[in-house]
Amino acid sequence: MKHIKTLTTRDLKESMKKGGCGECQTSVGNQSCEKVQK
Amino acid sequence: MIHQYINNGYPIVLDVNSGSVHVMDELSYQAVPLLEPVWEAWQEREKNKNAEAPAKKAADDRNAEAFPEKEPEDGIPEALLERAADALSGLSCPKEEQRELAEELLSLAQAGQLYTKDIYEDYIFDFKNRQTVVKALCLHIAHDCNLACKYCFAEEGEYHGRRALMSFEVGKKALDFLVANSGNRINLEVDFFGGEPLMNWQVVKDLVAYGRSLEEPFHKKFRFTLTTNGVLLNDEILEFCNKEMGNIVLSIDGRKEIHDLMRPFRGGQGSYDMVVPKFQKTAESRDQMNYYVRGTFTRNNLDFSEDVLHLADLGFEQISVEPVVAEKTEEYALREEDIPVLLAEYDKLAKEILRYRKEGKGFNFFHFMIDLEGGPCVAKRLSGCGSGTEYLAVTPWGDFYPCHQFVGQEEFLMGNVDEGILRMDIRDRFKECNVYAKEKCKDCFAKFYCSGGCAANSYNFHGSITDTYEIGCELQRKRIECAIMLKAASAELE
Repeated sequence: MKHIKTLTTRDLKESMKKGGCGECQTSVGNQSCEKVQK
Repeated sequence: MIHQYINNGYPIVLDVNSGSVHVMDELSYQAVPLLEPVWEAWQEREKNKNAEAPAKKAADDRNAEAFPEKEPEDGIPEALLERAADALSGLSCPKEEQRELAEELLSLAQAGQLYTKDIYEDYIFDFKNRQTVVKALCLHIAHDCNLACKYCFAEEGEYHGRRALMSFEVGKKALDFLVANSGNRINLEVDFFGGEPLMNWQVVKDLVAYGRSLEEPFHKKFRFTLTTNGVLLNDEILEFCNKEMGNIVLSIDGRKEIHDLMRPFRGGQGSYDMVVPKFQKTAESRDQMNYYVRGTFTRNNLDFSEDVLHLADLGFEQISVEPVVAEKTEEYALREEDIPVLLAEYDKLAKEILRYRKEGKGFNFFHFMIDLEGGPCVAKRLSGCGSGTEYLAVTPWGDFYPCHQFVGQEEFLMGNVDEGILRMDIRDRFKECNVYAKEKCKDCFAKFYCSGGCAANSYNFHGSITDTYEIGCELQRKRIECAIMLKAASAELE
């Protein structure tokens, strides 16, 4: 694109399908989850 | 929901509900709000068309309405493109460029990366009804301290007048409780906290050994962590920590005069000169990983970026300096009138971090760390920190509280290591404490990165765990803006 540089196309909606397993640590912004990575 | 802002010269657009982040040029930045009503009207029109075609409507679920298919077969409809280009006719650029801009923005919208809707409220409600397990304990191994820090919520480590050290027996029962209430979960976390944990060092060592003895028979893996003021830190303790502690937090506020003002010994003398060399040795012995030097800034150092940089200049690479949370009556408490100064200070710090990186002296600042690509799922983002459900604090005499900040507030006493959780009603209140339970969070762009803020801060300022602490929110929003800007700047450097 000429005018826009997309930094991330993270799709939180997708994480509804893959996430929610509850395996993550207690804490959110800098947490990572391998299961829902793009 | 869109959040757009300019930071350090970067025009940034955050599409809140998808998590997409875009760095714009000047024209596209101006165009983003102009196209939003056009896109929404078009979506509404499409929805009504679907309503007129029942067979088609049945095939469309709620998600598909909010997030159109990623690759539409027909591209952008000409009628939509024309309306969008019209909406941009006021921009100071040729018509061809206006159409080009409209095309770029609409293609993002069609891909579900711009102008997306919040579709998570029902989902998160179901998520909170799930069975939870206990994942982590904060063991208050010592309600005693050898320093008299002025801002300590533990009241100089004494926690509301009841000095005590945790016995091995109480700690052992706490670990047994954790194992028994963690379900099939393998990874468990135990934080040694205080007061000053090193004032009860033998019990810390004994509990680590006991925890390790539970790992094989119960198929568990403990991650132990420790917070210390450094006064009693020595080579023997450091060697043990480097072997057994997954993380260590080293308390230091920054510049000597700032640190010594707020973190004196009980006799009044400062502690900076004693702890700095020990902390430097600790950081090096851990290869500059798996530790944080952690400070608190107050009204005495609104120029806290100087303290962060001082810690970086001392050679620390993992740094957190965080705002004090204190009663309004305290002279060092942050006030609403300080907010503009603090926001500017975060901006200044972000620029300095970039400068340090370019000079090969980069360091991590805890509150500017953000994972845009691999962050947690939306359920985790919206459901809060886990206090009161997945995380509990244990007092030296074995009482359970929702987290370390609630210790001593009897209305939050949940149970004890002998009888387990007795107040399921408290647990359930925390279970329901998520972003959508907080009116002020629903329309906040930061909700997916902040998770609704701290329940203890909310309670201490408003008497409710489902409210928010306004100063904390203002600072959090700025930190997220800075963190995203740093990602944009890094992408440019790569």
